[in-house]
Amino acid sequence: MTVYFSQREMVVPGQLLARGMYRLGDNVYRVGQNIYAMKLGLAELKDNTISVIPLKECYMPNVGDLVIGLIIDIGITNWSVDIASPYTALLQVNDAFSKPIDPLREDLKKYFNVGDYIIAKVIAFDKTRDPLLSTKEPPCGKIEKGTVIEISPAKIPRLIGKRGSMISIIKRELDCQIVVGQNGRVWIFAKDPFYEEVAIKVIRKIEEEAHTTGLTDRVREIIRRLKG
Amino acid sequence: MIIRKEEKPIKLVDENGIRVDGRRVDEIRKLNIEVGVLKNADGSCYLELGRNRIIVAVYGPREVHPRHLSLPDRAILRCRYHMVPFSVLERKSPNPTRREIELSKVIREALEPAIFLENFPRTTIDIFIEVLQADGGTRTAGISAAAVALADAGIPMRDLVTAIAVGKADGHIILDLNDVEDKYGEADMPIAIMPNVGKITLLQADGVFTPEEFKTALNLANKGIKEVYTKQKEALRKRYLQIKEEVE
Repeated sequence: MTVYFSQREMVVPGQLLARGMYRLGDNVYRVGQNIYAMKLGLAELKDNTISVIPLKECYMPNVGDLVIGLIIDIGITNWSVDIASPYTALLQVNDAFSKPIDPLREDLKKYFNVGDYIIAKVIAFDKTRDPLLSTKEPPCGKIEKGTVIEISPAKIPRLIGKRGSMISIIKRELDCQIVVGQNGRVWIFAKDPFYEEVAIKVIRKIEEEAHTTGLTDRVREIIRRLKG
Repeated sequence: MIIRKEEKPIKLVDENGIRVDGRRVDEIRKLNIEVGVLKNADGSCYLELGRNRIIVAVYGPREVHPRHLSLPDRAILRCRYHMVPFSVLERKSPNPTRREIELSKVIREALEPAIFLENFPRTTIDIFIEVLQADGGTRTAGISAAAVALADAGIPMRDLVTAIAVGKADGHIILDLNDVEDKYGEADMPIAIMPNVGKITLLQADGVFTPEEFKTALNLANKGIKEVYTKQKEALRKRYLQIKEEVE
């Protein structure tokens, strides 16, 4: 049982992290007794589990994830949705609304048109077929107001913070609504357009400085300064 | 008009063991690696090895076009090695030559075992290697740069891949051949290794080695690879430290 890194040290793929019976966290792999890093990132040992927090990552859908998608195509009974992932998602008509819709009689454009952003939930994905979405439960549905911005999916946990601490600071201080999609898209809406702009700036700042310590306090300071 | 021409040097290695560019036989050229130089690519790398200048862009994992190329159980890896027309003394046609097509294939096969392709079925990872200036050993430099760009793109890998060439000139086993040594030397052997896993992913050779010479050459290559690997790691770490310093 030996560990070859200091806590939150920058590691490169293939670097030997530890030897022994540790549990495997994210982005590490084991060959015999040896545990190696799989991605560029910060190595961490927590409760006997070794993991690497990646600097960059592409979004892989998981069942139950809340995502923000962009409608890119309309089929006969479904919409194709870009969810900022290597896989294009599908939204079937009967997964979209609680009320029944007859796709033969009604024009699907009326509900979601190409170019619309939607908030949706991933209800099925197994890598052999494209992910399926649902927009039945709130807060799912079409985005009518506010702004959607895109950040790296690897930075999402930092934006949310421990038990939502970071995101609730922004919501409270700037009096706005925010929905964070697991795929790296963030919807922001504030009654005051100036506050919306401030919120965007703050989120961009968090993305840039995601792997630094004491970020929560700095964010408070930045918000206070930008608010003037 | 001035026509620059290179001539065959009388001696590739002199009696003191010094080579045409002033290096010792076991010395690599000056190596400089920069990470994240292209904004549009998911991962990128700029590498200078002596007079070689190479830029690498990595995209993906992303959807495959055309669709029928995709595999149901893993990602495909596509690689393009290309020399720009001004990379050599005489203009090189921008069309891919037979040599470039072959190098694209061997580079792809050198990188493939290092990547967890099975994590992203039905997608593609694209690597573009552009040689801006060539001076011998571009395939190995291209592999080292591509591995760094792949890591920068956040693609899961078993290990980095590090490559260097060894060869023989005037009876000496030499490390990291330049263009002249490659052309007029007796043998040339590019090698790519996954340094932590300890596996060879590329080994080509032209020329003749005796079994003893081959062993010496392989040991020398290992020494060179250690040096290049240190630089690769440094370059990747530096990128992160930059961000950290800007904040503090």
